[in-house]
Amino acid sequence: MAQETSFLSAHPIYGQSARWLWIAPTAFFIFMLVLPTSQIIKHGVTLDGFFHVLSNPSVRKALWFTLWQSIASTALTVILALPATYVLSRFRFTGSRALHTLITVPFLLPTVVVGAAFLAFLPSSLHYTAIALIIAHAYFNLTVVVRIVGARWEQLHPGVEQVARTLGASPLVAFRTVTLPLLRTALTTSCAVIGLFAFTSYGIVRTIGGPSRSTIETEIYTRGVLIGDMPGALALSVLQMICLTTVLWWWAKRHPHKPIKALLNVERTTPSTSRQRVLVYGTALVTAVFVAAPLIALFWRSIERDAPGSSTFTFSGWSAVTSDVTLSSITTSIQFALCSTVIATVLGLCVALGVAYGSRRYIWLERISILPLTVSAVTIGLGILITFDTPPYDFRSSWIITPLAHSLVALPLVVRILLPVVQQIPTGLQSVASTLGASPLQTWLTVDRPLIARACGAAAAISFAISVGEFGATSFLTRRGSETLPVTIARLLSRPGDALRNQAYALCVVLVVVSVIAIFIVDLLRPNGKVN
Amino acid sequence: MLALNQITITYENRTILNNASLNIAHSEVVSLVGPSGSGKTTLLRVIAGLEAPTTGEVLIDGKSVNGVPTHKRNVGLVFQDNQLFPHLSVAENIAYSLQIGRQSKAIQLTKVNEMLSLVGMEGTAHREITHLSGGEAKRVAVARALVANPYILLLDEPLTGLDAELRDRLLDDMSNLLRARGTTVVHVTHDHNEAIRFSDRVVDVRTLGQSGVQLQ
Repeated sequence: MAQETSFLSAHPIYGQSARWLWIAPTAFFIFMLVLPTSQIIKHGVTLDGFFHVLSNPSVRKALWFTLWQSIASTALTVILALPATYVLSRFRFTGSRALHTLITVPFLLPTVVVGAAFLAFLPSSLHYTAIALIIAHAYFNLTVVVRIVGARWEQLHPGVEQVARTLGASPLVAFRTVTLPLLRTALTTSCAVIGLFAFTSYGIVRTIGGPSRSTIETEIYTRGVLIGDMPGALALSVLQMICLTTVLWWWAKRHPHKPIKALLNVERTTPSTSRQRVLVYGTALVTAVFVAAPLIALFWRSIERDAPGSSTFTFSGWSAVTSDVTLSSITTSIQFALCSTVIATVLGLCVALGVAYGSRRYIWLERISILPLTVSAVTIGLGILITFDTPPYDFRSSWIITPLAHSLVALPLVVRILLPVVQQIPTGLQSVASTLGASPLQTWLTVDRPLIARACGAAAAISFAISVGEFGATSFLTRRGSETLPVTIARLLSRPGDALRNQAYALCVVLVVVSVIAIFIVDLLRPNGKVN
Repeated sequence: MLALNQITITYENRTILNNASLNIAHSEVVSLVGPSGSGKTTLLRVIAGLEAPTTGEVLIDGKSVNGVPTHKRNVGLVFQDNQLFPHLSVAENIAYSLQIGRQSKAIQLTKVNEMLSLVGMEGTAHREITHLSGGEAKRVAVARALVANPYILLLDEPLTGLDAELRDRLLDDMSNLLRARGTTVVHVTHDHNEAIRFSDRVVDVRTLGQSGVQLQ
């Protein structure tokens, strides 16, 4: 009983104040997530609705395409990412940190930009094909494998594989029988994450998939916005939620958290033999080229225009960036991003402080903060559209609804960044400050705040990057005169004409620069795992 | 049987071993002693083929094995921290080399049981590696190396981290077991007493170089 009390007890200094921290995030989740999704379920769960969508050949085609492209995207991502994962987790070499950051870039780029980058990079014969879509998904998700599998690989002592070698296993057999089984959990986790991302991918599919490559997400948009088949869109949203929940439930059941005793603190070595150097630097070079080439192509195509028999160079795309319409969408994007950054960071901080300082009974706050990850951004946008459509709750034309939706998308990541840092602050520090006469507020301001400031900066930067590039929910909520940059880019790319493409690519470059600056700030402020 | 011929190992401009030479006879148990960083473990890794010497040769039965990959050397190695495969049970760890060599299930079972009884671990075949005590884990690591019938067994500080009583017991058990099987052993330790009790010959790794060169 004493143990239970201790487990559930609140923080000795902040426990009282932390009791109120759950209110704002909970109200936000109810308003932005629970109400919209319950509206979708309420209106979407009808036999007629399901029959209506499932009997439609184009929907069945979209379902099948969504399934197989997500499996193929996952497989290609793993194949492309494993060599880089190996060299980054096993070796210490010049440029390894830069390569790590470079591989992260695609994941934090707006999905519309990733799609556009592959339109710019790939030959036109591959545009709007499944292959282009799958390669773009692999590009986007590289970092998932590098981070999840790499973290495990780094902990795996090379000795285990070496023992296998002394017992008669060739390098390949040792990898298959020892390394691979030990990486299996990390590999399957990253496959699940990539599979889910590819399954719910929207921006990339809209840009590079084209009208003939429809997935559930784009089909929801087409039905809900373009052809006005709202019952069909709602039924599809429910169907997708069922799919995602089933997969996540199956996943949690099949892969209960069962850690294999890790062999920690393995030092990465510098490549010592010429064979190792070729392997390490060769892999690093190929990976860097794969990541950088589409971005370079984006810039190149923003100034290149096809002409009969040759190509010419023009800065008209860049000149158009300063046009009133484009400047307006840049301003809107920045305003929305600033607003959603403040909302997501403050709410994320409330969740992190509430969970860390409050009683352990508030652990549910952490759990619900992950929920937005299980609902696609398109579903969030559709849900908001049908929930707040009746006066006096008609917020569809209110400017604040888009930044609120962006905050919801960013919140899970913000919490993941802040919570571990807050939890690592030793209670002893706060107790000492308290015994020296500091009030709880003074203690927080003088002890905790400086220790979590960097993490707050990183969380703010990531929210900013997510908001600037958010496309799924925004494409439902955007209104004339309040278009964000990704919506403008998608509109320009969907229209014929080289001039419009130049302009779209120029805007993509602007977004790339903004995202890279945000990534740089995140990397600079990244908590180093210890509260110093 | 095992000869190290003028082995030099340099790593990142630092000489770990300089012209080290050593001959070990069949069934001989030799202990290499020396302070931390003197190159004892590096020498074992060179014998096992996990590291290549900068210069010099490793000869087994008079034949150079410098170009022979680890898995074809038939040299067993027991690591200081055992390196048991955490995803396999006790029996599966011991049977690893038999499985790699495509031995039948029946042979695997017989040999695993034989090894378990040899190291005093009967009845633990299906236990998870993570549930073993330090001494049990060490016995499994030795059994796993011995079941492959290695030409030479390399023991890298096998008793480090164990309590004094367990060290004594395990030292005697291992010594008796290896002598009974006539296994050629190269044993590395920084403990002179352990070396004297365990082996036929004790060699200070710093004296392996020509003309008594300090090998650091």
